[in-house]
Amino acid sequence: MNEKLEKTNGQFNMAGFLSFINKWGTVIAIFLLVLFFTLAMPSFSSPSNLLTILRSISIVTVIAIGLTISLTVNGLDLSIGSTATFTDSLVVSMFVWYSMSTVTSIVAAVAIALIVGAVNAFLIVKVKIPDLLATLSTMFIFEGVAMTYTGGGSISEGMPRLDGTPTEGVLPPTFDFIGKAPYIIIIMLLVVAVVHIFLNHTKHGRYLYVVGGNIEAARLSGIAVDRYRTFAYILSAFFAALGGIMLASRIGSAQINAGAGYLMPAVAAAFIGLSFGGKGKPNAIGTFVGAVLVGVLENGLVMMSVPYYSLNIVKGAVLALALASTYYYKKN
Amino acid sequence: MGQQKRTKLEMKNISIEFPGVKALSNVDFEVESGRIHALVGANGAGKSTLMKVLSGAYDHYTGSIFINDKEVNIRTPRDAKELGIDIVYQEVDVALIPYLDVAENIMLDILVNKMKGKQFVNWREVHASARRVLDRLGIKLDTRKLAQDLTLAEKQMVLIARAIAEERRFLILDEPTAPLSNKETKELFRIVRDLAYNQDVGVIFISHRLPELFEICEDITVMKDGQLVTRRKMEGLDGKQIVELMLGKKMDEEYLKHNVEIGETIFEVKNLSEKDDAVKDINIHVRSGEIIGIAGLVGAGKTELCKTIFGALPIKSGKIKLHNNLLNIKNPHIAVQQGLALVPEERRKEGVLVEEPVYSNLSAASLSNFTGSLSFLKPHKERVAAVKMIGDLGIKTPNENQKVAFLSGGNQQKVAVGKWLMADAEIYIFDEPTKGVDVGAKSDIFDLIGHLAGLGKGSIYASSELSEILAITDRIYVMYDGEIVKELLTSETNEEEILYYSTGGN
Repeated sequence: MNEKLEKTNGQFNMAGFLSFINKWGTVIAIFLLVLFFTLAMPSFSSPSNLLTILRSISIVTVIAIGLTISLTVNGLDLSIGSTATFTDSLVVSMFVWYSMSTVTSIVAAVAIALIVGAVNAFLIVKVKIPDLLATLSTMFIFEGVAMTYTGGGSISEGMPRLDGTPTEGVLPPTFDFIGKAPYIIIIMLLVVAVVHIFLNHTKHGRYLYVVGGNIEAARLSGIAVDRYRTFAYILSAFFAALGGIMLASRIGSAQINAGAGYLMPAVAAAFIGLSFGGKGKPNAIGTFVGAVLVGVLENGLVMMSVPYYSLNIVKGAVLALALASTYYYKKN
Repeated sequence: MGQQKRTKLEMKNISIEFPGVKALSNVDFEVESGRIHALVGANGAGKSTLMKVLSGAYDHYTGSIFINDKEVNIRTPRDAKELGIDIVYQEVDVALIPYLDVAENIMLDILVNKMKGKQFVNWREVHASARRVLDRLGIKLDTRKLAQDLTLAEKQMVLIARAIAEERRFLILDEPTAPLSNKETKELFRIVRDLAYNQDVGVIFISHRLPELFEICEDITVMKDGQLVTRRKMEGLDGKQIVELMLGKKMDEEYLKHNVEIGETIFEVKNLSEKDDAVKDINIHVRSGEIIGIAGLVGAGKTELCKTIFGALPIKSGKIKLHNNLLNIKNPHIAVQQGLALVPEERRKEGVLVEEPVYSNLSAASLSNFTGSLSFLKPHKERVAAVKMIGDLGIKTPNENQKVAFLSGGNQQKVAVGKWLMADAEIYIFDEPTKGVDVGAKSDIFDLIGHLAGLGKGSIYASSELSEILAITDRIYVMYDGEIVKELLTSETNEEEILYYSTGGN
């Protein structure tokens, strides 16, 4: 009897330990990574480097927040990278080709990006294509649209238009601020905070989670399911567009497929964030913490002279690990 | 047959725990081949868990299992199958592969496990073998038909055929009659008897429908709260005694209908047809304080009627009026805004959010009552209302933050009903609300519906349980093949008359 009791106790503690790791594993991992990199290179935890890390994850985080919203309705938006690229091209072209003002350029670029979200929503909600496949198609479509728009090349100040006419437009100094610290970091933190409040403290946020949790139950509870799913994909595109604008300001030009590289780390951040604090569902703060983990890892490895072309191995492995913890936990 | 050596299966001291729950404690169980054994218990009594242990679905139980006094080790479904034990689960769709045909589905285990070195499939032989199995059961079914095109009853037959495609000594049927009509149930019983008496299979029969047990079972095991209550012959027991054993207390036999003043007609459905004619030309009306019953066999269109009224299935033609206002119900969202509520049949799939806590389930249909400016939630108000509802309905849960997945079936159903009480609708539609719910929770749910009638609400109660319809309603519409064929006053009718009309008599 005693032995049996002890055994139960042991199992209980084990279960408690595992659930603790599952809840706070991301934070522990960040802490251990920072410790490790600092021991290896003391300059790692200098304020300037920590600021660099935050700056480097700003764009990923904002794009990942959009993805998080699509995850709340149990969808996955793969087209966010292309949307970011497209917005980058649009906003830079408006400055360089058409010499438009900052506000007009940004509003126009965001408006066009929202159309991308509407197309996604139409294919998924109305035509009923599974989300992954629908956004896989639009990922290619809008990557192609962006490239066609820029004539298959990049756009930067002083470069002629596609028809060869010279340009005089420049990126205005106010626009440059968006991509600089501390503004870019402030934008990121604002986005995280606003979306966190929206998801957790408003009716609409709750509805998004209900739709993602059980779409049929949500429908029969009288929730306008299609409307909320559409809304989620449009918000996803909106944040991808915001990421694209930050990217444009950061690099000061429109490059081919500039946004494509953000898809993978954004997916990783959002999935790492699922388990944060034991939430077990997509959440803004978790996504931010996930992005920090990816950022710390990338920065540390670069400082340790791991070549850039090998980084994908590590980033991919982190994504696999995050997915493993999500799905393995679900199975149990 | 009596002379033949029977196989005896014993489970001794079986215990199993899940995180936070002791699902079985020291249960003994015994069956013999060639007999039909009833396994009953209220929801959460542990009968399904015990059978999952026996069929190898869990590997972390303690205790031992013996066949003919020889200890055997069952830790995986394959172990169980090799010992000749198989189970047919309640959810038939989970076990079938929709785009494979009947023969492939029947022979699946053999195709998967018994191919050995063979790489090519001899389809003619597969179909012939499947045919032989179906013949053994006396089932006429085209082996080339796809599983997705079968009726529920046919799907179940296919699963039973799969289970006995190989030599079986014990077959577990988990609530096999729940989705079946009376005729289909009779057919199932014929097969079960044939298996037991002519093929020496031991059948373990889990069911909530007591009359059936008397019809078909010889032995009975009653479980309660993860423990064995009794194991004995059916002979000498009556339904009331079994219910008492299941509940561990005496209960009033009959549900007493609330006495409610019935008022004016508040809800009217005229010439309503669903887009694909799942229901046709429906005319019903509900008065304030009135509970109307929708009776009919499974497949008569009761669920479709409920869903069409609620906008969950597309409407082809017809009118729906509430308080003399014409409603244009295009989807459930609009239906809810207009004051309709539906407690759907498929509780876990459609009624509740199993991964969410009780409180957010309860507020899901009425969240606007708990929001302030800019749609911000008022979490305190929401929780207070949830706690009150938990108390009002007697939902058994440690607190309002418990995940609904951890509640028993009856309590989940109370949550599904409570959601609509919070939403304060005018017309409540209940689709098989007592399905898979134990006797205690059932009378709670009846009380709730009676209470709603007392408030002057109208209720539509769809069920294939005639005794329930007779107990709770004021007026009954009988459905047959998607149409309403008869309107009856509950006080002037009986089970026989309803059954007569629901089987197409007129």
